[in-house]
Amino acid sequence: MLKINDLHANINGKEILKGINLTVRPGEVHAIMGPNGSGKSTLSSVLTGHPAYEVTQGSVEFYGKDLLALSPEDRSHEGLFLSFQYPVEIPGVSMVNFMRAAINELRKYRGEEPMSATDFLKLMREKRAIVELDNKLASRSVNEGFSGGEKKRNEIFQMAMLEPRLSILDETDSGLDIDALRIVAEGVNKLKNENNATIVITHYQRLLDYIAPDFVHVLYKGRIVKSGGPELALELEEKGYDWIKKELGEI
Amino acid sequence: MQAIQQYIDLYREQHEVIDQHSTQVLNALRPEALRRIESCTLPSTKHEDYQHTDLAAMYAPDYGLNITRIELPSQPHEAFRCDVPNLTTQLYFLVGDNFYRHHRNKELPNGVLAGSLRDMAEAHPELVARYYGKIADMSKDSTVALNTLLAQDGFFLYIPKGVVLDRPMQLVNIVGGGISMMHNRRILVVAEAGTQAKLLVCDHSEDDGTHQLISQVTEIWAGDGAVVDYYNLEENASCIQRISSTFVHQEANSNVLVNGITLRNGTTRDNYYIALNGEGAETNLCGMAIADGEKKVDVYTHIDHRKAHCNSNELFKFVLDENALGSFAGRILVREGAQKTEAYQSNKNLCASSTAHMYTKPQLEIYADDVKCSHGATVGQLDQQALFYMRTRGISEAEARMLLQFAFMSDVIENVRLDALKDRLRQLVEKRFRGELSQCQQCAMRTQKQ
Repeated sequence: MLKINDLHANINGKEILKGINLTVRPGEVHAIMGPNGSGKSTLSSVLTGHPAYEVTQGSVEFYGKDLLALSPEDRSHEGLFLSFQYPVEIPGVSMVNFMRAAINELRKYRGEEPMSATDFLKLMREKRAIVELDNKLASRSVNEGFSGGEKKRNEIFQMAMLEPRLSILDETDSGLDIDALRIVAEGVNKLKNENNATIVITHYQRLLDYIAPDFVHVLYKGRIVKSGGPELALELEEKGYDWIKKELGEI
Repeated sequence: MQAIQQYIDLYREQHEVIDQHSTQVLNALRPEALRRIESCTLPSTKHEDYQHTDLAAMYAPDYGLNITRIELPSQPHEAFRCDVPNLTTQLYFLVGDNFYRHHRNKELPNGVLAGSLRDMAEAHPELVARYYGKIADMSKDSTVALNTLLAQDGFFLYIPKGVVLDRPMQLVNIVGGGISMMHNRRILVVAEAGTQAKLLVCDHSEDDGTHQLISQVTEIWAGDGAVVDYYNLEENASCIQRISSTFVHQEANSNVLVNGITLRNGTTRDNYYIALNGEGAETNLCGMAIADGEKKVDVYTHIDHRKAHCNSNELFKFVLDENALGSFAGRILVREGAQKTEAYQSNKNLCASSTAHMYTKPQLEIYADDVKCSHGATVGQLDQQALFYMRTRGISEAEARMLLQFAFMSDVIENVRLDALKDRLRQLVEKRFRGELSQCQQCAMRTQKQ
């Protein structure tokens, strides 16, 4: 579904991604690990179309379409979802209005009628249960006054509402206590099926205990320098990143 | 001075006709108004309080005045039949500055008077004379003096002691007709002790390209413990210039809400003068302006804390797009002896384009030493992070901008103390933002057809 080919990207003229290659197929879970500043979050920003990043080289194909040519909203309509590392607070915009706008724009893109208020509230209720999100949060402004854990659960709730084909979870485990981590991971697992795929960006093995990856990639200095199975994550947890640097001849 | 000389000349030549088509109570103030205008000049843009509104340019065109009170052909009650759903009001109309006498309302309770200022002043001269021109201070602003010189009619609302008006009163002002005119309107509201009333004043105009100047002076008297809501909603065409001054006099323990909303306009200057004259009085003064294109909205407020133990809350918000210009100057005066005053002012503004301009100027003048006062002013852009976040959820940029701008205005709408109007305003504000997002959706906004 996703084919990233030799992707280079800049921010403020500084090259962060220096030739990423990655292929993701339906049903797969990919973990991308790597030390701070290696370009993990840049990759998710570039894939979702953040205007601050400039793609200088390479291509990204999503179900045969040129992803980089699409607006952020159309990438979402095509089935791409990003769970933000730092979800944004939007004072004055209620979760209900926010989600209704998102759902109805998706339906419009597909040529469907807007969802009725009753159906919409039913859907909200159903999906909220997946991440045990309080009804009170759903009636408040988007992420405003939410705790760290609530914000992350809210991301997964939105993912459940939009049913994306490819989800990128950017450091979804950061700032979570063990209970919140379990709820979030269980939510992700419930949403998993043979037709969708997940890219998990994380520092730690911890999240991968809950969301089992099929492939693990190490991102370092803007390139994927090593790929392997789940055992690679365990090895990284045990040895840190230094042995990879050593392999690259840096130490 | 030149710009208004033509109207002074007009008065000198036609004052008998003007008087003849008005009434004694209004006529009585004209000589004083004339003296005021002749002894002072129209404030120029060098004047501290008029830096962003060029009054000379506003008054310069040779506008016609309807001094013989010709009834313009119009069926306003037909045109406005279904406009405000779920809001049942006593409905009154001013066409131009002429009171429309052909619309019948339900009977009003217990001595409440509502209708043409001229008719009411004929029937109850002592009552009207007691208040007319007493709250609006002509020395504050020569535009008020000019209005007093030329105004022949308007709207009068009187609520005698202790009466609670359940049903909101609504005055719809309609301007149009294809002739360039100056409209001098007066609104006088007298709410005696212990009364409660809500008045919604709406401005509408035909978008027929003819230039019109609206001059509106509103006087509100709130007696002891009276609770008065005054909403003024402007939905005018871009060819309309409007200058309004609202004067409020509050007695002890009265509670007055003034909410001035500019959704569509050409050039607007709104002045608010509020005087708290008795202990325990409370003022809520708020407003919003949404402007784009070459529109201008200039708001000046003056809250005068004359007595101790009074509260005032002030909140104004502007959303400006394209080349729009906004200005807010808010003065709070706390006089000596007005101890335990609480006065809060907030002005927040959003510039949605790089060519929109906002000027904001909070001014606190405090002569008492045991008070709580604050002011805050911000000018910002749309939150780019929030915009991107929404777009990644599939919300189009246009829709996301609309949601953010709407959210920005939501607290001004929340201050409305009339549920049906609150709902209506939400719709109107949303439509306003949507209508401007794509020019082809103009039809979503109602243009007055007569």
